[in-house]
Amino acid sequence: MEEVKLMKGNEAIAHAAIRYGVDGYFGYPITPQSEVLETLAELKPWETTGMTVLQAESEVAAINMVYGGAATGRAVMTSSSSPGVSLKQEGISYLAASELPALIVNVMRGGPGLGTIQPSQSDYFQATKGGGHGDYHLIVLAPATVQEMADFVALGFDLAFKYRTPAMILADGVVGQMMEKVVLPEQRRRRTDEELRQQCPWAACGKDHRGHRNVVTSLELDSAKMEVNNLRFQRTYAEIQKNEVRYQEYYTEDAEYLIVAFGSVARICLKAIEEAREKGVKIGLIRPITLWPFPTTRIAELAKQVKGILTVELNAGQMIEDVRLAVEGSVPVRHFGRMGGIVPNPGEVLTALTEHFSLTI
Amino acid sequence: MTQEEIIRPENKVYSRPSLLTDANTHYCPGCSHGVVHKVIAELLEEMGIADKAIGIAPVGCAVFAYNYIDIDWIEAAHGRAPALATAANRLNPEAMVFTYQGDGDLSAIGTAETIHACNRGENITIVFINNAIYGMTGGQMAPTTLLGMKTATTPYGRDARLNGYPLAITNLLAQLDGTCYVTRQAVHTPAAVRKTKAAIKKAFRNTLEKRGTSVVEIVSTCNSGWKLTPGQSNEWMAEHMFAKYPLGDLKNVEPQK
Repeated sequence: MEEVKLMKGNEAIAHAAIRYGVDGYFGYPITPQSEVLETLAELKPWETTGMTVLQAESEVAAINMVYGGAATGRAVMTSSSSPGVSLKQEGISYLAASELPALIVNVMRGGPGLGTIQPSQSDYFQATKGGGHGDYHLIVLAPATVQEMADFVALGFDLAFKYRTPAMILADGVVGQMMEKVVLPEQRRRRTDEELRQQCPWAACGKDHRGHRNVVTSLELDSAKMEVNNLRFQRTYAEIQKNEVRYQEYYTEDAEYLIVAFGSVARICLKAIEEAREKGVKIGLIRPITLWPFPTTRIAELAKQVKGILTVELNAGQMIEDVRLAVEGSVPVRHFGRMGGIVPNPGEVLTALTEHFSLTI
Repeated sequence: MTQEEIIRPENKVYSRPSLLTDANTHYCPGCSHGVVHKVIAELLEEMGIADKAIGIAPVGCAVFAYNYIDIDWIEAAHGRAPALATAANRLNPEAMVFTYQGDGDLSAIGTAETIHACNRGENITIVFINNAIYGMTGGQMAPTTLLGMKTATTPYGRDARLNGYPLAITNLLAQLDGTCYVTRQAVHTPAAVRKTKAAIKKAFRNTLEKRGTSVVEIVSTCNSGWKLTPGQSNEWMAEHMFAKYPLGDLKNVEPQK
C-alpha cells in the first residue's frame, strides 16, 4: 500500500537515504539543512539497516569521510548548505578525480559569505561548472518538490554508481524546508559485502578474495598518464551528457515565450504562466531537472519556436549563461531574479515578462 | 666451512618482507620512511592481516606509500587521512585501517581531523612520522620544527616570536579519552627499530580488538631537509629532537581483564 507522509524536504532526504540502503551519512549542522542529520539521528538506522550516521567535526572532515567510505565501495553521502558546501569542494574534487560514486546534498541559502539562511539558488555556478579545482563535472539534480527530494536520493546514487562519479542534489532552501505530501520508496536492504565486491571491483576494502591490491588515488605525476586520466573523465562526462539529460516541460506546444526555471522557482513560474494563459498570453516553461547535464538541445529546439526566453532564478543570473549558450543568440534571453533570500511571487514574474518582452498581461 | 656451505636456505635469518613491492622507493638514502615501511610490511605479513588491511596514505613524502606496500590503499587529501580512516573503518568493521602521516599532514593542516578521530576513539592506528620538516615540498618549517632550526621558510632559524613553538601533538593526543595507546619511538638504531616494531604491533592489535585509537609517533630524520649526512642526522636527532620529543609510551591502557 502506498505510504503517504507529510514532511519537510530535508526529512524526506533522510528517510529516502535509509530506504535506499545507504551505508553511511556524514554531516555537519548548518541551516537550512540540519534536519537531514537530525532526522537520521532520530531514526537510528544503525539499529535497523546498519547504516552509519556520524556528525563530523567539520564539513571538510565530513566530505573526506565520504571520500574514505566511497573508496571502499560503500554508498555514502553528505548534506550541507552553501557555506558548508564551499568547504566540501576540496573533497568533491578528489571524489571526481578518483572516480568515486557519492551523493552530496546542497540545500542552498543566500550568499556570498555567511549571507543569509533564507532560500537561494546562487550556487548554480559552483555546482554545475565544477566547484573545486580541476576539470570535472558533477551530475546535478534539482528537485522542485519534497517528492523529488526523496526520489532523487535513489536517482543520484544510481547515476553516481553507474558512471563512478559524484552526484549532487542541488535544492533551494524552499524545497528543503517546506512540508508536502510524499510517498516514500520501498525499504531496500544494504548491499552485502559480496554484492559490493561484484559491483565495485575497484574498491579498496581489503584485498582478500581478489588476489591483487586496489589503490584509490587522484595522483599521477606523469603528465602523459594524467592526460589519459583526464580524457577518460571527459569521456564519462560526454556519456552522461548523451544519456542523462532530464527536464520537464509545461505548455510548450504553442508557447510564444519560454520561461526556464529550476527548483521551487519553477512552481512559482508555472502559477504565473497559468495566470498569463487565462489572459491569452502563451508562455511555456521548461524546468531542467538535471542542471548538469543541461537540457541544451531541447532549449535550442524551443528557441526556434519562441520570441523570447526569460530565466527566473534566485540569484543574479547564473543559469541564464547556459540558456544563452544553448540558443546561440537566436532569441533574446533575459533574466529575472531575487536575491538575499527573497522568493518572488507569480505577479513579479508576470511583471518581468511584460517589461522584458513588451507584453500586456 | 666454505661460503657455499653457509649460504643455504636453512641458514637464512633475514629476508625482504614479501609485502614490499619491487618498486624502488623515491625516498632519499638515509630516510626513516623506508625503515618504517619495512616494519609495517613485516608486521602485516607476520600478523596475517595483509588481506584486511586498508592503508590511508598522506600528502607529503609518503604520498606514494601505496606503491611500496602490497595492500589496499586510499590516497587522502593533505591532512584528511584520519577522516578517511574513520569512514573506511566504520563502514568496514572487519578491516584493519591505519593512516601513515607526516608532521605537516598530521599536526598542521590535519590537526582537526587528527584530534577528532582520536577523540572519537576510532578503531584505527595512526603512524606519525615526525622529522620536523616538510620534506616533499623542499624543506619548509613544520609545526614540529625545533626552535632555532633552519628551514626554507625559517632561513634564520625558527623564532618563537614569529613562528610559535614546536608542537608536541602526540602529548596532546594522549590526553584524549578516545586513545588507548600513544607512544613515541625512533628507528635510528637496530634496538630502536625493534621497539618501533613492537609498538606498531601493539597498535595494530589494539585496532583489531577495537580498543580505540592507537598513535605511534616515530621521531625521524630528513637528512636532505636537514642538510646533514644520514649518520650526522641520526646523531643530531638523538641530541636535539629527543630533548623536545622524548621516546617512550605516553599512554598505554591495558585491556580490562
